[in-house]
Amino acid sequence: MVRTAEAPAASAPVEGRPSVLRRVWWSDHLAGWAFISPTVVLIGLFGLVPVVWAFVLSFQQNDLISPGKWVGLANYKKLLHDPLFANSVRNTIVYTAVFVPVSVIGALLVAAALNRRVRGITFYRLAVFIPVVTSTVATATMFSWLLDPDFGLVNAALSKVGIASQGFFRDPHEALMSIVLMTVWGWLGFGVIIYLAALQSVPADLLEAAAIDGCSRWRAFWRVEVPLLAPATLFLVIWLTINALQLFDEIFVTTKGGPVGATTVVVYYLYQQAFQYFNGGYASAIAYVLFLAILVVTVVQLTAGRRLSHAER
Amino acid sequence: MAHPALVPPVLVDPLPEYEDSVGPRRRRPSAWHLLLLPLSLVMLTPLAWMVVTAVSTVQESRQFPPRLPSSIQWSNFVAVWTTAPFGRWLINTAVVSAIVVASNLVFCSLAGYAFARLRFRGSGLAFMLLLATLMVPFQVVLIPTLLIVKSFGLIDHLGALIVPNLVTAFGVFMMRQFFLALPPELEEAGRMDGASRAGVFLKIVTPLMGPALATLAILTFLSIWNDFLWPLVAIQSPENMTMQLGLSTFQGSHLTDWPLLMAATLMSQLPVILLFLAGQRMFVRSIASSGIK
Repeated sequence: MVRTAEAPAASAPVEGRPSVLRRVWWSDHLAGWAFISPTVVLIGLFGLVPVVWAFVLSFQQNDLISPGKWVGLANYKKLLHDPLFANSVRNTIVYTAVFVPVSVIGALLVAAALNRRVRGITFYRLAVFIPVVTSTVATATMFSWLLDPDFGLVNAALSKVGIASQGFFRDPHEALMSIVLMTVWGWLGFGVIIYLAALQSVPADLLEAAAIDGCSRWRAFWRVEVPLLAPATLFLVIWLTINALQLFDEIFVTTKGGPVGATTVVVYYLYQQAFQYFNGGYASAIAYVLFLAILVVTVVQLTAGRRLSHAER
Repeated sequence: MAHPALVPPVLVDPLPEYEDSVGPRRRRPSAWHLLLLPLSLVMLTPLAWMVVTAVSTVQESRQFPPRLPSSIQWSNFVAVWTTAPFGRWLINTAVVSAIVVASNLVFCSLAGYAFARLRFRGSGLAFMLLLATLMVPFQVVLIPTLLIVKSFGLIDHLGALIVPNLVTAFGVFMMRQFFLALPPELEEAGRMDGASRAGVFLKIVTPLMGPALATLAILTFLSIWNDFLWPLVAIQSPENMTMQLGLSTFQGSHLTDWPLLMAATLMSQLPVILLFLAGQRMFVRSIASSGIK
């Protein structure tokens, strides 16, 4: 934004004629709007209009086919007393609270292990990266099979070490944690890529200085590298949280929110309300509550992250 | 559909030791292998077991503890191909991805350039609104977008997957960041030589965009390839489905035939895994050659 001002100003003194300056100024207006016009139309139509429309819908009773009926705040009031919504919020919070720390810490450790020159490092990295491009539906299908209670590979491995067969996705007590396991597998590589990139920006002389001062490699990692990775960590925490709060695909393929609501997360409940019960208004209210929750959580994480990094200096 | 509220920190090359790993220096086997080997095996197990099951018979998949198949059942792939319109799903996904990626490359770079370089009335407001849509989770706009697409008569039509994705706020933002990091001197020289804004963009800027466009193309492709919720509500007919949606319906109708399901999953993932192997190299090389830090 700052630099944009320089271009016309810089060329003006060279030309030295006001009419040229004026022409440049006008051409920037025309060119600017010409360049962004496709974006303005498309983002306006599919970005801005739906945001406002969804807000209006959330004050309506609307089956998405016939014209909606204005109901004021009724949808939002109903949300407060809906035990199924409360259950979906609880599941989403539990999922996020486990998934995010496990993924971030896991990615940090794996990235540290991968950030070195050993034979076969290309293979090791690929093994971690390939799940990133594996689609959510494929991931969910593979894990349904791996975690199949009767013939799954994981139960076979457990029986080898004397542990009884588990229900995983079919056990209400294990289903949500099985979802965590599956999504950590899918997201780990993303965090590793972010951390590997960030690790390259850690100055080597800083680590050498730490080594000269008698600091062990392990200590240097925690005391020198990890604090320097704080921006990457903050980014990852926020990014993974946003995605965790929007979990849907994997639930749809594996458990359909079951057993007995154990994996019904907010977006799955929203989907049920909108496309199984045709409560478009109610679903829009859920969407707006989710939107608000994501905004609040992101702002809190950003503020806490900034405060933490200032406190360390 | 990409709907991130944030943009990752500018990526420096995450794989700088690519050549070193095959370098001529011989060294003692590192102790890190004791950690890295089990880790990579665990990460690969789901994929490896998918491949094994995909070539097993149904009987072999229903034994506990599981064993490796006695012979390779290629017929599973034939069965998948004949029971579901897999070819059609692949073509649909390719068509949607190609159009969406191409249009994003054009529109995002144009808009990103304008926001980074041109000073024009209303640009501040337009950019703020763009950023605002970046913050909105897709679930919020899902229902109205469906109604808009319906009013265009595009429901259950590939157009429903294309039109709303022709340009993404994320892509515009990414390209703007790229242009802000690009030194403006070349363009200023072009301006002084009397070239128009469009001329400067086409002749001077476009040749410099390679690495940024490669990144945008890969990210856009992956988001389209991986998109599920939107196709799920916008498409009903099997012949109009994308690979992801098709695979999920296939999964829903063959719940216990694991060899068939794994063969289908494997087939659905092969194209993107192959593209990834090629794309990863492209990504690394393009960053290295352009020297972006």
